[in-house]
Amino acid sequence: MELVEAIVLSVLAASTPLLIAATGELVTERSGVLNLGVEGMMIVGAACGFGGAWLTGSIFVGALFGIVAGTLMSLIFALMALGLAVNQVATGLALTILGVGLSGLIGAGFVGERITPAAHLHIPGLTDVPLVGRVLFGEDAFVYFSLALIIGVWWFLYRTRAGLILRACGDNHVSAHALGYPVLRIRTLAVMFGGACAGLAGAYLPLAYTPFFIPGMTAGRGWIALALVVFASWRPGRLVIGAYLFGAVTILQLHAQGWGVGIPSQFMSALPYLATVIVLVLLSRARTGGSTAPAALGTVFVPDR
Amino acid sequence: MQAYQRMLDPTPNGLHSGESPLLQTAGLTKRYGNFLANDSIDIDIWPKEIHALLGENGAGKSTLVKAIYGLIQPSAGEIRWHGDRIVLSGPSEARSRGIGMVFQHFSLFDNLTVAENVALGLDGKESFKDMSARLEQVSKTYGLPLDPRREVWQLSVGERQRIEIVRALMQDPKFLILDEPTAVLTPQEADQLFIVLERLKAEGRAILYISHKLEEVKRLCDTATILRGGKKIQTCNPRLETAASLARMMVGGEIKEVKAAAGRQTTIPRLVVNDLSLPPDEAHGVRLEHISFELKGGEILGIAGVAGNGQDELFAALSGERLSKDPGTVVIEGIAAGHLSITKRRKLGAAFVPEERLGHGTAPRMKLSENALLTGHAASGMVNHGFIDTAATLKTVDKATETFDVRKAKRDPEAASLSGGNLQKFIVGREILRNPAVLVVSQPTWGVDAGAAAVIRQALLDLATAGAAVLVTSQDLDELAEIADRIAVMFHGHLSEPLATRDATREKLGLLMGGSSLEPKEAAHAVGA
Repeated sequence: MELVEAIVLSVLAASTPLLIAATGELVTERSGVLNLGVEGMMIVGAACGFGGAWLTGSIFVGALFGIVAGTLMSLIFALMALGLAVNQVATGLALTILGVGLSGLIGAGFVGERITPAAHLHIPGLTDVPLVGRVLFGEDAFVYFSLALIIGVWWFLYRTRAGLILRACGDNHVSAHALGYPVLRIRTLAVMFGGACAGLAGAYLPLAYTPFFIPGMTAGRGWIALALVVFASWRPGRLVIGAYLFGAVTILQLHAQGWGVGIPSQFMSALPYLATVIVLVLLSRARTGGSTAPAALGTVFVPDR
Repeated sequence: MQAYQRMLDPTPNGLHSGESPLLQTAGLTKRYGNFLANDSIDIDIWPKEIHALLGENGAGKSTLVKAIYGLIQPSAGEIRWHGDRIVLSGPSEARSRGIGMVFQHFSLFDNLTVAENVALGLDGKESFKDMSARLEQVSKTYGLPLDPRREVWQLSVGERQRIEIVRALMQDPKFLILDEPTAVLTPQEADQLFIVLERLKAEGRAILYISHKLEEVKRLCDTATILRGGKKIQTCNPRLETAASLARMMVGGEIKEVKAAAGRQTTIPRLVVNDLSLPPDEAHGVRLEHISFELKGGEILGIAGVAGNGQDELFAALSGERLSKDPGTVVIEGIAAGHLSITKRRKLGAAFVPEERLGHGTAPRMKLSENALLTGHAASGMVNHGFIDTAATLKTVDKATETFDVRKAKRDPEAASLSGGNLQKFIVGREILRNPAVLVVSQPTWGVDAGAAAVIRQALLDLATAGAAVLVTSQDLDELAEIADRIAVMFHGHLSEPLATRDATREKLGLLMGGSSLEPKEAAHAVGA
């Protein structure tokens, strides 16, 4: 029982950065922009987040630093891919390469330093309930925030006019422009939201997951977040399921090694990507019409004036 | 000044004495670099008027309406609304003043519902629920039935247009712009649209109607303004003009009349399709259902139908872009070819001109000579032991240029740099110069100016006269009536029995295009003819 609880807790912890980063990317892609720079924005968010917390001693300030850093990174992307209409795939890949290098530079000063990680909730009575107490009432603030975030995004996309306009931009930017919506401004905001989320997801790692910073500590989580958005077929509900599923796979992989199960760990690491490919195939087979992906995803838009 | 203009104007605008026009453009000019898309255009639009805007592709119609709808800012000149100068910051301001627009290429969102699409076209001041209720009410009032909960990709083209019109009407516009609204409709659907437009006019609204179907303009419109090369040529009463005189003003000269050679003989069957069925290869595709026809040398068979009823799939099956398991379904020159590749079919003497000029008919960023090679490599002696005979490819370009009057800036430019009409002349020319026994051509004059269209139609007729079998798919019934010997209609993947062109009235074709069948007796009679 103790073990089950420990596994559930570690799955939640491993899933949270995936969920936050993928939520941001979901909004970005719903507006029609494919930002492959999630990994780069995350790692810079991790370096700046740790730096902020280390300098001020406040996890909250650290998280803010991560958010700002991720947003600034995404603005580079917005300037290139939206302002100058450069190919989005190339720009996103460049952003990741830039982020990996930049985070090493920023983080060089605090490698080996430690901070006190984010506090966990403790409600006397509730948190002490066996089995579910710590899972439901003993998490850190990031976990609760990530769930509030995805619910908020769902509500925004499907229940507000602004969300409808954002989806419209992702479906057909020519029409959205013809109706008078500022496609590039809306997309820039969506990209910034994606950057802020990626930065926060990156900051989560040194602030709550492991209380120190090492270069390259995102270890491909940005790519998993990207795959997750596709896996979820751009829907917030499925994104939550997918995030915990992918998180569970990464944890199981560690335990499988511990138990000596004869599955190569590399195969387990590849599982999220494999699952994404299978889901894509199933989706396109089951599709009766319409498109599951935002129809304008990844296409360059230059309004005529 | 106005009174003077009105005296010269043969339009019924004199009836509006004492009022000012609803909308005016005065010296409206739009410059893109050195190119004048609109050159000082004056146009007056009055309430209770259906005003046609006529012109060839590139005459400046779209630029003008974009400026009136606030999508682009004019470089000079002004727009007046009820006599006062206005500057439109964007479409939403145009809409709030009472200017609505129905786009040619629908500005709809395929993956959103009808109600969401309508909501996006409104200012969002009312709740979604109120808006949905009003949507149902407006669509009922004007006889434009719509289900607000369906997603757009599930709807037919006619229904999609209804969404656009209802969306525009929900803003209660005083002035409505319609950009080629009947281009995608069956004749019956077009008639229904005209009833709605007449009603809007009777309610005191003004309509700016862009079209190049001249008979339609004569029937519907009170006034017509003709643009050519970015300039206004004339404003006239279309009812007092003939289709030919309107066409002359649009083109700025006589259009060569297309003539079929007398005494054209049909010979042996050159293209035979036997019970061809093919499942769709993509989500929005159409299943081909038991298609059969026989096409003889010297004959032109026209295939009519609303876009998206299987014409693209039929083209792919005939050209060999999609193969059939049963070789006997497509027979070219007496040889079963259903399983053969495009190249092998070309070697049998077939040639293909797809609808999409850039990206399907040609590789846009490759030179014309390279594009000539891409279809001519199999059977036209342009390849010598695996090496390209550059001189031969250039010769093909020169010959097509000369024979079909292709206008271009240099000898061998990139395909994408040619205008639509000139590129289409090149593509059709490229295939005809190969002396094909069978030519399958899809939408030969789509988006092509009248002069080039006449050249292409004449070329198809001449090819048939020379003994080839020609299959033409087109949505332009006038075009098919002009060149085809027989016309069949595609609907939901089925091909009707071909009607002899002289029996194929608009009414009959319209019924077939809408999926109704003709009276058995009538159909049998037409086939026998």
